Amino acid sequence: MVKKEVTVLNATGLHARPASMFVQTAGKFKSKIFVIKEGNSINAKSIMGIMAGGISQGTTIEIQAEGDDEAEAVDALVQLINDKFGE
Amino acid sequence: MFIKEGIIASPGIVIAKSLVYEKIQLEVNKNKINDTEAEIVKFQNAVKHSHQQLEAIRIKAISELGEEEGAIFEAHAMVLDDPEFVEGVEAEINNNHLAADYAVKIVTDRFFDIFDQMDDPYFSARAADIKDVGSRVLQNILGIVQADLSQLEEDVIIIADDLTPSDTAQMDKKRVMGFATNIGSRTSHTAIMARSLEIPAVLGLGDITKTVKNGDLMVVNGLTGKVCVNPSDEQLQSYEKEKQKYQDYLKELEALKDLEAITLDGRKVELVGNIGEPNDVAGILKNGGVGVGLYRTEFLYMNSDVMPSEEKQFAAYRSVLEAFPNGPVIIRTLDIGGDKKLPYLPMDDELNPFLGLRAIRLCFKEVGLFKIQLRAILRASVYGQAHIMFPMISSITEVRQAKAILLDCMKELDQEQLPYDKTVKVGVMIEIPSAAIAADIIAKEVDFFSIGTNDLCQYTLAVDRMNQEVSYLYDPFNPAILRLIKQVTATSEKKDNFFTGMCGEMAGDPLAAILLLGLGLYEFSMSALSIPQIKKIIRSVTYEDAKKIADAALNMETGEEIMDFVQKSMKKLNLDI
Repeated sequence: MVKKEVTVLNATGLHARPASMFVQTAGKFKSKIFVIKEGNSINAKSIMGIMAGGISQGTTIEIQAEGDDEAEAVDALVQLINDKFGE
Repeated sequence: MFIKEGIIASPGIVIAKSLVYEKIQLEVNKNKINDTEAEIVKFQNAVKHSHQQLEAIRIKAISELGEEEGAIFEAHAMVLDDPEFVEGVEAEINNNHLAADYAVKIVTDRFFDIFDQMDDPYFSARAADIKDVGSRVLQNILGIVQADLSQLEEDVIIIADDLTPSDTAQMDKKRVMGFATNIGSRTSHTAIMARSLEIPAVLGLGDITKTVKNGDLMVVNGLTGKVCVNPSDEQLQSYEKEKQKYQDYLKELEALKDLEAITLDGRKVELVGNIGEPNDVAGILKNGGVGVGLYRTEFLYMNSDVMPSEEKQFAAYRSVLEAFPNGPVIIRTLDIGGDKKLPYLPMDDELNPFLGLRAIRLCFKEVGLFKIQLRAILRASVYGQAHIMFPMISSITEVRQAKAILLDCMKELDQEQLPYDKTVKVGVMIEIPSAAIAADIIAKEVDFFSIGTNDLCQYTLAVDRMNQEVSYLYDPFNPAILRLIKQVTATSEKKDNFFTGMCGEMAGDPLAAILLLGLGLYEFSMSALSIPQIKKIIRSVTYEDAKKIADAALNMETGEEIMDFVQKSMKKLNLDI
């Protein structure tokens, strides 16, 4: 399993458009991917889970992936967050 | 016969038979289940079935209502596939031995509550999606088929508790003439749908589904917010008359749409709209405005959590400019301070905010921020007829200072080899009395004026119109205001290739139209809905008559006297407003 901590930087957090970009990116990988926020585990491929997670600007989350492409998956999602979703 | 009053959601008057669309209550089985595997299969089949239905509805919605409505059902399909939804339901069945229907209800309600509690319209819409999808799956598990509105025999008004996207998408649009519902607001799905179908709707009627019977004749009046069930012959006649009057009115405005704003003796003026965001241009186009007389760019800043980037601003300005290839778009630079603040730009509290650090004064202090906006406007200027307007100008010195910064931005763009319109028009708001009095001096540095009557009145008459104790003094018809306007337009008439417009509320006031026309105003900028009425007035008078009325008004003593005189003059010209 690969995991990495990252802080959400973009202004709106994982809301609306960023949330759907995040879920779509996660969906491209075969691995099981989870977002851990304050001990709660959210399926990264679930738009409802991610949006309901209330992940706002400044929140630190951990991204965990397990599977064939686990390293690539974590890198891609961390990159997306660090790029502030292109905002 | 009875009359009920609700919320106006979509205008118009319709008289038709009612069709009460009552959904079958979905009763779930709360007993514990032993054969969990069978329940899982039931759930999976229902999901599959729902997918097929959604795809059919999506195609119908796209062809009848457009891509945007179709996208709702794509979002619904995403909920159906969502692992948290699917796994959530399966976990309830496997771990808690719930029936498939009960498990779906529990998981749907759980997500609905989370989204519904968030104070954000985006999430409220998601909550509605989840509810709609949940009840679709439930119906498929329970084998319930709701009333079919897709093929109707006659014209009807739909009476319902509330309508979901699934309900409205499958409706027979040719037969549905209006909506009346128990719940809902101006921004709910039913309201949006009614406006896009251009049918009258009154919502929030409480218990209309209980008090109206199928086939009752009813009137939905989307102008007054009233519905009348089983009207008397007399009432029916009066509603028919009102309906006719409204249709005539619409026809009259529609006929005006593509006509010029020109007086009987050939004086042409420009009628344009005030906007706060790019989406507002649709209203101007629909009402026959030829451009934008005031683009309030502060909304771009106020609706954002961070300073809007040059790219974001460029895209917004460009889209507005492209909407009017042949008309002017006057972009007012950031007007913040006073009563408008930004979350990401700390400002000290002031004793007199309206006399303090606001608008252009703030931009001179925050030059970096100002330059981002000017660069964005310049870059967008190649896509149309951009006009840059500086707010809160009190003297020519400020105009020169602002133009120097604009010149800096132009040089930067030259160096970066980015294109912009080198002849972009530059103008100022006339809203401080000193600028009106010294208009001839300021005119030397600019291409146009736009009179902001709201602030001009406030500063000239020294009155805060939000203060109820003194707001009676706020009067755009006050002789001092008319004389200031005259001074500005007179200056403008002496200069070639120069115009004066007005973007305050007075420009859209039908009582002021003739007066302003006679004072020599060239451009009238107002809320889009006022454009047809003002156009009608302009097209019904001669410039000569308007000038006479304005000249007489300039010699009167009080605002009341002037208003009274204008009203009488309009009556003489057979203009009713």
